[in-house]
Amino acid sequence: MSATTAPRVETPFQRFVSEFFASKLAVVGLVVISAIILVAVLAPWIAPQDPYDLAVLDIMDGRLEPGSQGGSGITYWLGTDDQGRDMLSGIMYGLRISLLVGVGSAVLAAAVGATLGLLAAYVGGKTDTVIMRLVDLQLSFPAILAALMILAFLGKGIMNVVFAIVVVEWAYYARTVRGNALVERQREYIEAARCLALPPRRILFGHLLPNCLPPLIVVATMQIARAIALEATLSFLGLGVPITEPSLGLLISNGYEYMLSGKYWISFYPGIALLVTIVAINLVGDQLRDVLNPRLKK
Amino acid sequence: MALYLIRRLMQSGFVLIAMSLLVFLGVYAVGDPVEILISPDADQEERERAVRALGLDLPLWHQYLVFLGRALQGDLGRSFVFNEPAIQLILQRMPATLELAFGAMFISVLIGLPLGLYAGLRPDGRLSKTIMAGSILGFSLPSFWVGLMLIMLFAVQLGWLPSTGRGETAMLFGIRWSFLTGDGLAHILLPAINLSLFKISLVIRLTRAGVRETMLMDYVKFARAKGLTPFRVTFVHVFKNIMIPVVTVLGLELGGTIAFSVVTESVFAWPGMGKLIIDSINVLDRPVIVAYLMMIVLMFIVINLLVDLVYTLLDPRVRLEGKA
Repeated sequence: MSATTAPRVETPFQRFVSEFFASKLAVVGLVVISAIILVAVLAPWIAPQDPYDLAVLDIMDGRLEPGSQGGSGITYWLGTDDQGRDMLSGIMYGLRISLLVGVGSAVLAAAVGATLGLLAAYVGGKTDTVIMRLVDLQLSFPAILAALMILAFLGKGIMNVVFAIVVVEWAYYARTVRGNALVERQREYIEAARCLALPPRRILFGHLLPNCLPPLIVVATMQIARAIALEATLSFLGLGVPITEPSLGLLISNGYEYMLSGKYWISFYPGIALLVTIVAINLVGDQLRDVLNPRLKK
Repeated sequence: MALYLIRRLMQSGFVLIAMSLLVFLGVYAVGDPVEILISPDADQEERERAVRALGLDLPLWHQYLVFLGRALQGDLGRSFVFNEPAIQLILQRMPATLELAFGAMFISVLIGLPLGLYAGLRPDGRLSKTIMAGSILGFSLPSFWVGLMLIMLFAVQLGWLPSTGRGETAMLFGIRWSFLTGDGLAHILLPAINLSLFKISLVIRLTRAGVRETMLMDYVKFARAKGLTPFRVTFVHVFKNIMIPVVTVLGLELGGTIAFSVVTESVFAWPGMGKLIIDSINVLDRPVIVAYLMMIVLMFIVINLLVDLVYTLLDPRVRLEGKA
């Protein structure tokens, strides 16, 4: 912002940026994620077809091979599904739902988990024991099982899937934040804040939380990838999103029955989109972990 | 030790009761219990009689105690679809799931161990880097999609292996097993590979880390200094020591594998308990859902308990902590 060009001290954020961009793989991941987000956001404007508009769909174009031309002159680059829906458009719209569920549930889980983790570390005693026992219990059951249990009772639906993922994932955040907060709690600035008789809420969220952010961000990145994969798996099993809001997992599931007759593309391409998304997020997450890990700092 | 055991057992019992309460509330409080437990074509009078017979007019806490009492006697209701006791249904399908899970474990060791060993012995080799990159892929590939692709490649395009089902089975100890017949083995191969993908990656990483650590140990250096062949050093001195963490982690993973077979069984139409639970959820066969959840929770509690106990036996530090 300032016009002076005097040599400036590198801010921590600038150092973080330059360290992050040191890995080519992570940069590729970041570029891919940005492209995917852009496609998902812009889907209604850039998709060749509106897959929800039944007036556009031509059932005669059902199950066409990739690259074939439809009755209305449109080229289906990735083929069509049984309803004559353009797969490319379907994937673009599916990405919206997959990303929304993945990011939304990961952020919610982060809010719940971080709050409980902070409380456990700051209050200690019985609160700490109870919260950490819950964490242990949660982590000793596989994610798929816990999610299955919740959806068996609640039934399908986007909000139910989000709720299930939050229940599955909050424990990871709570454990990470608690571990970090236990260390930070001993620092002078917390003591100073306490001597100023600040309300506990302000100490927790104004002072403790910002200093626990780096590991929280790393966990959140990884958990977004996990959430997207979990949602896809649940939707594939028929327990996730409803057919009116097809995510990538549901698209793959739709192609399942046509797979045995050799019509691979209905399941194949949504799977590739899912795979690329997950791998790209993991690549970025890996690099974030290396850069933000204080133990690896010189 | 006895004190620790008692404490640990009490903890497990507490968890089991807490989970049963959750399952009970999920079925009896969230859903309408009358609809769940009484067949939909019953008339009004029949309904009321059934409500009284099932004790649904009692207060909720009383109902829970009744539910708990029945569960303790192994009665978790009858399936609406099969009209058989739910527990029996699940037990019938358990061998298929166990067979699949152990098959996946076996494959993960068979493939993961040699690859991990190689990557650990030559950490900078090109092949090692490829193996490690592949293991990252194994962690992030959506497993159900890989299953579909396996079916497409090996069953549809190449036609080498059957795509779904269990194939021919043979009897052993009064239970039907697929792995005893050639046809059954052909059927189990694809689902077992699919289920093992994640674990192969895990074994590769564990083995590689173990080898790299162990190679720096004094006893390995000494063995080499003695002039033992690299083969003997690797397979006697190093191998024995890396097996401990690998076996431990695989043991811990068994429960997760059984749970995750829900996905694999659905993809390959493998008639195990995972497929049963998904089908039951889709047709709202609630007694089976409840029975499955209670059984799997029980199984997990037992596995966790066993792992903790084995640790206590192997590592005295855990025992001391338990006493403090």
